[in-house]
Amino acid sequence: MLSFIFRRLGLLIPTFFGITLLTFGLIRMIPGDPVEVMVGERTLDPQMHADAMHRLGLDKPLYAQYIDYISNLLHGNLGESLVTKSSVWGEFKTLFPATLELALAAMLFAVVFGLLAGVTAAIKRGSILDHGVMGIPLTGFSMPIFWWGLILIMFFSVKLGWTPVSGRLDLAYDITPRTGFMLIDTWLAEAADPAANAGAFKDALMHLILPAIVLGTIPLAVIARMTRSSMLEVLREDYVRTARAKGLSPARVIFVHTLRNALIPVLTVIGLQVGTLMGGAVLTETIFSWPGIGKWLIDAISRRDYPVVQNGILIVATLVIVTNFIVDILYGVANPRIRHAK
Amino acid sequence: MTNANTSTVASAAEDAALSYPSPFKEFWQGFSYNKGAVAGLIFMSIVLLCAILAPLVAPYSPIEQYRDHLLTPPAWLDGGSVQFLLGTDELGRDILSRLIYGARLSLFIGLCSVLLALIPGVVLGLLAAFFPKVLGGVIMRVMDIMMALPSLLLAVAIMAILGPGLMNAMIAIATVSLPAYVRLTRASAMTELNRDYVTASRVSGAGLFRLMFNTVLPNCMAPLIVHATMSFSSAILEIAALGFLGLGVQPPTPEWGTMLASARDYIERAWWVVSLPGLTILLSVLAINLMGDGLRDALDPKLKRAA
Repeated sequence: MLSFIFRRLGLLIPTFFGITLLTFGLIRMIPGDPVEVMVGERTLDPQMHADAMHRLGLDKPLYAQYIDYISNLLHGNLGESLVTKSSVWGEFKTLFPATLELALAAMLFAVVFGLLAGVTAAIKRGSILDHGVMGIPLTGFSMPIFWWGLILIMFFSVKLGWTPVSGRLDLAYDITPRTGFMLIDTWLAEAADPAANAGAFKDALMHLILPAIVLGTIPLAVIARMTRSSMLEVLREDYVRTARAKGLSPARVIFVHTLRNALIPVLTVIGLQVGTLMGGAVLTETIFSWPGIGKWLIDAISRRDYPVVQNGILIVATLVIVTNFIVDILYGVANPRIRHAK
Repeated sequence: MTNANTSTVASAAEDAALSYPSPFKEFWQGFSYNKGAVAGLIFMSIVLLCAILAPLVAPYSPIEQYRDHLLTPPAWLDGGSVQFLLGTDELGRDILSRLIYGARLSLFIGLCSVLLALIPGVVLGLLAAFFPKVLGGVIMRVMDIMMALPSLLLAVAIMAILGPGLMNAMIAIATVSLPAYVRLTRASAMTELNRDYVTASRVSGAGLFRLMFNTVLPNCMAPLIVHATMSFSSAILEIAALGFLGLGVQPPTPEWGTMLASARDYIERAWWVVSLPGLTILLSVLAINLMGDGLRDALDPKLKRAA
């Protein structure tokens, strides 16, 4: 097992350095040099320009700049935003819980409905129900999710008035962020002071529902499809026939004998959706003005705030590869065949 | 009379069974068995025709602003007129015309970005398969790194460097879809490389170039065609997403995603401005995906079983 982990780790480290090369190269491929970008429209005399280049270490040869960059990273120094002057890591830390909360809610939605759809379709294979249910993932794969968000807002927020249009919480509430997770924070606040914060939890929940559905749509499609094909495969196994033959109830055969074994590939797929979620968060957060990582990066791009773009992308990419690494390891734990394969 | 007919039919069937069906006929049998794929093909043919004939089909210019007709609803609603079938947007531009011209752009960018990814992807994948030790290792590591980044995020990052615009959007989308082509080509080429016909060709003195492109590549085409179709549809989605974020094609160019970028402000009073461009994207992407499924069934029975 240990050698398996080390083998995977051996792949992880070069990947990480590859990504640093990418983010390092990113800022140097921008037309014009970073100093010109920073001063923007104003003109700069050559002496000041040279001083700034020297201060930022940009007059050194490229390899020395890269070594500086890596050593800064390894010291936990991710630079500071050109606009707000606060540290990139600090901004990331305050905004990340919002994205994580949204992603977890989206995943919950996708897993619950994806499994339900996949299992239903597999049991009723070939029926109208199967075709109907499997139409969902097909549409989900083809859905422009930014449009899906707009349509949901138009229907549920504007027409029916059930859910708020944007943000995480009504401005009327003043909640001290303790965990950064709005659901937990509002719940704590309501418990502490029920009079002042009445309804805050429900309000936070209502804000979360639509973005979670939008972000969860593609993972839902993936999970439903995977569950169906994996269920169909397991249903053909001899031990399922044995279970049926010895007179177990259909529900027991499906949920205990089949679903449990069908879940292994589904779990991997769920783990690998982290990347999709981070990509989708960019769009979802933009539509719903959700103050998370995705919106932060897009805002940084439009403000030409390059340190945020550069290291924000680095953090997100690292997050994705580390999660995929963990999924890989867990998969190896669950399935010895993978562990011993070369 | 009836007897004569049946006997002709029977003998014709016998003949058909004796001779091997033409590759196209065989393909069409597999493809047309999938009803969804045929529906997708018909829909996309109409879209393609509209795109090619846009100046003839579209009732107006896509950027002409009719200032007296701001936010006119579609013809079948109260206040709508036959003059603007699908209504007008916030600047009084005809939505139908914009959608038709938008089809041109989306299909064109989609096609270009597929080609921009397919050609280098195939070359790199073949190189990785033929030289698995050093070159292959390097190529695959680089592809792994690109795969580690969420594709939309990578596209956004590339757009951040290159700046918004049509050409840059194509490059960004092609770049993010490159790794999948490389992996796919490499994997199928690796299996082919162990076959006897490749050895035979090598022994009879075929050069590297010939081995790569004449011997091995044609036998790897089926999964590549299927994947190219699927990535065509995701390219359309990605262009629209970039346009929506304001990073893709810039207004007033009628691009489906860009049309939605400003639609958010009219969500309360003009549903057609919001719904129609997105619906067009959804239907086109769905149609292409259905076609992709049909292609997969027809070209690659192995993939069908796996899915």
